[in-house]
Amino acid sequence: MPAEKSASQSHEFKPQPWRDRRMEVILGNLLRTGVMFSAAVVLWGACIYLYRHWHETADYKIFRGEPSDYRSIPGVIQSVLGGHGRGWIQLGLLLLIATPIVRVAFSIVGFSIERDRLYVGFTCVVLAILLYSLLGSGFTF
Amino acid sequence: MTIPIFTLVVAVVSFAAGLLGSLTGLGGGVVLVPLLTIFFHVDIRYAIGASLVSVIATSSGAAAAYVKEGISNIRIGMFLEMATTSGALLGAFLATWMPVRVIAIIFGAVLLYSAYISRRPRSEAQRSLPPDPLATRLRLNGGFHDLEGHRTYNVQNVPTGFSLMFGAGTLSGLLGIGSGAVKVLAMDQAMRIPFKVSTTTSNFMIGVTAAASAGVYLSRGYVDPGLSMPVMLGVLAGSLLGTRILVKAETASLRLVFSIVILVLGLQMLYKGIWGNL
Repeated sequence: MPAEKSASQSHEFKPQPWRDRRMEVILGNLLRTGVMFSAAVVLWGACIYLYRHWHETADYKIFRGEPSDYRSIPGVIQSVLGGHGRGWIQLGLLLLIATPIVRVAFSIVGFSIERDRLYVGFTCVVLAILLYSLLGSGFTF
Repeated sequence: MTIPIFTLVVAVVSFAAGLLGSLTGLGGGVVLVPLLTIFFHVDIRYAIGASLVSVIATSSGAAAAYVKEGISNIRIGMFLEMATTSGALLGAFLATWMPVRVIAIIFGAVLLYSAYISRRPRSEAQRSLPPDPLATRLRLNGGFHDLEGHRTYNVQNVPTGFSLMFGAGTLSGLLGIGSGAVKVLAMDQAMRIPFKVSTTTSNFMIGVTAAASAGVYLSRGYVDPGLSMPVMLGVLAGSLLGTRILVKAETASLRLVFSIVILVLGLQMLYKGIWGNL
């Protein structure tokens, strides 16, 4: 107990502030760039979508579920190649979802550099859940 | 409404929600779903899908601004993300079979709770609590600089906080919101993390949590491009503007107005869920 107390008084707690800090700055910029890039893709899709559907009526009263083109990664890519605005929007949204996932993946590298095995393990658990959600929860390849 | 007008109106409303949400720190996502379902007659499942996407955008977009302050604790964040992401996955699966009326009632209850918690004074930051053995072993304790110099903190009640964060994740996945109100309960009240640290850390976590349920929503066809586009762009623009002007703005009266809006929307969601048709 006394040892712990003196440690906290001299501010030698476990996480090394400057290393964590540098990692955070990198991750923060990564997130920002990812969001801006995906917003640009969504905006581009919006232009095509609005141009093509200018005179149609918006109706979201009844839930039908999206067609398979907008539910799966291959479907979205197919739709983008076909030049569909909705496909581009969906691609932008996929990139947006991927951004925090990439952040988590990068954290594994950061914790490995710090030789923090416990947190490498924790981060792997989080990454596995995220990948399962995106790839394993009903996407068809 | 024709598509261009619908898109424009939804974008403007989302912009306002994002702006108010970031200025008040209450998050924009919590008002979006009720606004879309009550005033635009959007099916609640489409509304949740669109809101979830906007939650990721605001969380990740604000991250760079929060990083400048340099007080978030990435270990607390990653540790609790295990709870929030698994909760979010559960919530997203629950959403696919739960009747929409039940979802609306839960939503209403969460809104009322958020309005209540936003009016409560924040409990002042902990001072020199003894270190908790589990928190020490998990290396959750930390320190930061503020006006009074360097301050250290010792995280408390780790199991309670972890369980509450699982609940926060479930609500986030079920309702498509950031569920900041539950996070306040878990991180500030239970774990006694200083307010500054918990706010910035939870911002990081919200994006990851939302991404965990977004995959399920997308693959189930709940994310409509035509609806999500104006919501995501509007909320993102609004919240980015909000973080820019945050320093100058008078937020106390704004918080009051926004919590009244949340209260009214909560009552309407409850009414719709119990008596109305969705």
